[in-house]
Amino acid sequence: MASEIRMDDSSYQKTEQLTGAEIIMRCLHEENVEFVFGYPGGAVLHIYDALFKQNKFKHILVRHEQAAVHAADAYSRATGRVGVALVTSGPGATNAVTGIATAYMDSIPLVVISGQVPTAAIGMDAFQEVDMVGVTRPCVKHNFLVKDARDLATTMKKAFYIAASGRPGPVVVDVPKDITADIAEFAYPKTIEMRSYTPVLKGHSGQIKKAVKLLLEAKRPMIYTGGGLVLGDAAPELVKLAKTLGFPVTNTLMGLGGYPATDPQYVGMLGMHGTYEANNAMQNCDVLLAVGARFDDRVVGNPDHFLSVPRTIIHIDVDPSSISKRVKVDVPIVGHVQSVVAEMNELLAAETKRPDANALKQWWAQIDQWRSKKTADYRLDKDIIKPQQVIEKLWQVTKGDAFVTSDVGQHQMWAAQYYKFDKPRRWINSGGLGTMGVGLPYAMGCQLAFPDAQVACVTGEGSIQMNIQELSTCKQFNLPIKIILLNNRYLGMVRQWQEFFYNNRYSESYMESLPDFVKMAESYGHVGMNIERPEDVEGSLHEAFAMKDRLVFMNFVTDQKENVFPMVPNGKGLSEMILGDEPGADAAQSEGEG
Amino acid sequence: MKHIISLLMENEAGALSRVAGLFSARGYNIESLTVAPTEDETLSRMTIVTSGSDDVIEQIIKQLNKLVDVVKVLDLNDGRFIERELMLVKVKATGPLREEMKRISDIFRGRIIDVADGSYTIELTGSGSKLDAFLEALDRTVILETVRTGASGIGRGDRILKV
Ligand SMILES: Cc1ncc(C[n+]2csc(CCOP(=O)(O)OP(=O)(O)O)c2C)c(N)n1
Repeated sequence: MASEIRMDDSSYQKTEQLTGAEIIMRCLHEENVEFVFGYPGGAVLHIYDALFKQNKFKHILVRHEQAAVHAADAYSRATGRVGVALVTSGPGATNAVTGIATAYMDSIPLVVISGQVPTAAIGMDAFQEVDMVGVTRPCVKHNFLVKDARDLATTMKKAFYIAASGRPGPVVVDVPKDITADIAEFAYPKTIEMRSYTPVLKGHSGQIKKAVKLLLEAKRPMIYTGGGLVLGDAAPELVKLAKTLGFPVTNTLMGLGGYPATDPQYVGMLGMHGTYEANNAMQNCDVLLAVGARFDDRVVGNPDHFLSVPRTIIHIDVDPSSISKRVKVDVPIVGHVQSVVAEMNELLAAETKRPDANALKQWWAQIDQWRSKKTADYRLDKDIIKPQQVIEKLWQVTKGDAFVTSDVGQHQMWAAQYYKFDKPRRWINSGGLGTMGVGLPYAMGCQLAFPDAQVACVTGEGSIQMNIQELSTCKQFNLPIKIILLNNRYLGMVRQWQEFFYNNRYSESYMESLPDFVKMAESYGHVGMNIERPEDVEGSLHEAFAMKDRLVFMNFVTDQKENVFPMVPNGKGLSEMILGDEPGADAAQSEGEG
Repeated sequence: MKHIISLLMENEAGALSRVAGLFSARGYNIESLTVAPTEDETLSRMTIVTSGSDDVIEQIIKQLNKLVDVVKVLDLNDGRFIERELMLVKVKATGPLREEMKRISDIFRGRIIDVADGSYTIELTGSGSKLDAFLEALDRTVILETVRTGASGIGRGDRILKV
């Protein structure tokens, strides 16, 4: 193992003899970890004992290991730092897997430490044994089984380095119990180099020049940015680029906040539930600049339909395998998005040529015409609360400055459509895996990272029940989260698909026997509110957010049959949207597939 | 199209399963896969025979490069290369077959490495297609058993895959 690491001796600090468990603590200290989200058990008892004796980081005891990983994940999304979770072997480890897979799909840097049965018991079907390295292999950036306490420190260093660099992702470090008791010399390498892992940083200058030239010649340009822009902290550079060029910008679900939503050049989110103007501009542009986005199936719809119109595509991504995966691109640029976009800005600053103003004016006129369809409009009702209305008011009451986490379903799409994110790292959701149950633990991660910030968890009555036990964690750690439950008594997104594509056969999508959410919140020691009248929406939100030190569980009883529009049915092209005022469902019916 | 991909990876436990898992998870074909340590015992060299359109092969190479344990990847089909595979075939060798099996083996430059009362074991090296041709030249009923190593490959001349 040592042969692959090059460290000159000077990079070591002075050494000490410590147990494996103590070494793990010291590694976490060296990495300036603030929070470890975890849950104890047999295999990690030595680690928890060492944890008891330290006070540099805070341990957040969750009520389910899945929530530990989600909370660490949200901490990372909100701060840009590596999230850390600690779980025991066997069931603790498998409970963590959904959280790990969720982080993996959205490229979130995590280090997950899992306990393992003692080395000698591995492979014996020992009590609480599971092959964690095998189970997580397909959903981690990398994983390690530590076989010698002397390897612990370097393995931890590698784990943090791999998680955070290149295209980020979760790394699992599986530590057998005996290793945590063994004594070894502790020395934390300051830097690490791995011959097998060398992420690209700077983009190819020739390609960047070519890209800038193409952008300057574009007649119908479009900028499309994704989660990679947010994770790469390149939003300021992108705003500068878009402003210099005057081009329209769209963000993916993962990329919201990458470009300020209230800016006139912003045309809204694109994709399955994107705006009419964003999807049409995407479809009809002649030069497309994609930044930290991956042309996934929910974003470009049917790739053949997308490619049926000729356009030149420039694609900037830190991960070469994201380029030309689903859609062939013309100018690939592999590199850290921040450095590449900054280099484009420098080239533009030195360049006198500007895009063809006339062409751009015509293109904007076309976009404004699409915009005038106002597909985001919805009809307010005087008796029933519309879910869109709740999110709009949430945006107003929080002055657009809250951390908004969401679960998965219709409420997620409404939150994405109606909360206008002006800053990156404010919109925290599971875009890739689409994991119901992330909302509340995500809110915990955000609130811990930013104790004074407003944190709202937009959720559905299906999703919130998937990690409802975390209300107890919120009480223990005094997390004044505001839960915005859009309660439509349905697994709404499932119901919508059943309405459109399965002839209204609502198979198992009704949520029966819901708890009294107010009493439930109160029994956990929180404040509960029922809101049933449209005219009470705004006032109740003000009231809730005024309770700065309390978690408020707001149960908004909303329209049961409201649907998310626009919608690009599965397998259709981006410009083949169903809009809210058209029934449209029939046209899409034959294409339906879950 | 068939491609032969060579790669060098850290000789770590589980490295092989990462590669095999990648191919199954992403639905790529594997015709054969061989792996063994190199003269530098920290490195293993793997040869994968796969097939797919150019786009698929490009993705395979990128995905392999992305594996943290993989040090270097080379698509041998990008240049000139030599491909070799070893096959052991046990054939019936009774009566007139004894002569005939020897003759066919000679034609393909095989070697009889084990002789028993009713059978020969023939060792044959060559490209995959040569081994296929040998099997085709034999009557199915005389083949008792075959075992193939899967292809290994190396670039011609100055093409070197090394850290
Ligand atoms: C863990 C998990 N199971 C199942 C699904 C499939 N699914 C997607 S949306 C949805 C309905 C969500 O219902 P709810 O939380 O009430 O939100 P709504 O759509 O009503 O806003 C389901 C079941 C999922 N995304 N995640």
